[in-house]
Amino acid sequence: MSPAAESIMAESLLCALRERFDGAAGLEGLRRLSGGASQETWSFDLLTPSGDQPLILRRTPPGADARTTDTAGVEVEAALMERAAIAGVPVPAVRMVLEPRHALGKGFVMTRIPGETLGARIVRAPALAGARQGLARQCGAALAALHRMPAVGLPPLRSGTPAAELAHFERIHRSHGTVRPVFEFALRWLGRTVPADPPAPCLVHGDFRNGNLVVDAGGLAAVLDWELAHLGDPMEDLGWLCVNSWRFGHGELPVGGFGLREDLFEGYTAAGGCVDPGRVHWWEVMGTLKWGIMCETMVHAYLDGTERNPEFAAIGRRASETEIDLLRLLVPRPRP
Amino acid sequence: MQDQPSVDELLRTVATFLRERAAPALDGRDGFHARVMANVIDIARRQIALGPAADDAEHERLRALLHTDGDLQSLNRLLCERIRTGELGPGAAGLADHLWQTTLDKLAIDQPGYVAGRAAAGGS
Repeated sequence: MSPAAESIMAESLLCALRERFDGAAGLEGLRRLSGGASQETWSFDLLTPSGDQPLILRRTPPGADARTTDTAGVEVEAALMERAAIAGVPVPAVRMVLEPRHALGKGFVMTRIPGETLGARIVRAPALAGARQGLARQCGAALAALHRMPAVGLPPLRSGTPAAELAHFERIHRSHGTVRPVFEFALRWLGRTVPADPPAPCLVHGDFRNGNLVVDAGGLAAVLDWELAHLGDPMEDLGWLCVNSWRFGHGELPVGGFGLREDLFEGYTAAGGCVDPGRVHWWEVMGTLKWGIMCETMVHAYLDGTERNPEFAAIGRRASETEIDLLRLLVPRPRP
Repeated sequence: MQDQPSVDELLRTVATFLRERAAPALDGRDGFHARVMANVIDIARRQIALGPAADDAEHERLRALLHTDGDLQSLNRLLCERIRTGELGPGAAGLADHLWQTTLDKLAIDQPGYVAGRAAAGGS
């Protein structure tokens, strides 16, 4: 974004926030954190008479369409976070939902929770050694609370049972036309072993992993990025959290590179959830393949010109990581 | 015949500049992207150095596995087809070895530091 466009955006944002924060005097430290063309995250401090407010803006800018139909949309994300807070899931408080009159696109403003979000630091930082001890258990407890959220009152969400998710990602992979024997091998295994639809589909976060968590000295401080939420099999979230791509080099700690499956399962069970380890494993394989296919999707968006972020080009060469992870899961070789 | 520097030396010059000069001088996302681009140049260098031999070995294994000839792309398509139809099942002789070797060779170019690959290859 050009400096001029950024200053117009800052002006609109301040205008919008004045409706919610009386006497807001200005924005400080506005900076883009991450995202592609269809999804932006900005961090800033709002100067108010009662002190500086650390805030985050999540938005789909005007004119941009959501990249895939998988995303629930930023407005749904805000509604889900408000529900999750009531259910006892640690989430940032939603402070304001954008309206068309704000001319900022679709999105919302939430509190910025202090803590670490970078996965590589969460698995390594000496200051977080104590936090890592209990983190897998806390993730289990947060997931159990999330999966218990009553379906009544949730915004409309797509449904994603195991067979439907598999078919969906197979379709996306085929549409890329990529020739990848390892993905073919994994698709075949997943098809042969696909679990039955869960008896009662529940809310699934859809992207609960190291990288979307805020961690402070006390452990899990907040769960972020609700844009992939859907209705489905609760074991999907547990399997996704164990995918090797989110272990940041700490492969021996399957839960996000910081914990053991036993601790995750214990935390989940203690908070009233019921673990099916076979399903969790299926979803870990499915999640590994899914991340590989998502890498393909990002490369395609880059090559066809819809996405100009150079990271999207580089990420194409991350798909081979998921291939080795799939082989490790499906045809393990004995380690010497 | 072209003169010095070689293609690899030219690319190394770009990667070093991006990593040591451009990245530290750029803010935030631009600095991050400069480092990502240096890594991309290194992938290209490794592919130039290792790709031809890896492709030849893969081609050779595919001919043996599928008992037929063709270019690398069409043999890979055929392998995908036989896995999809179940003609080559998980226990098929040579299949798992082929997939492992091909993937380890890809990873040596794409992400040689990836831990799962190192562990799986026996810590090499």
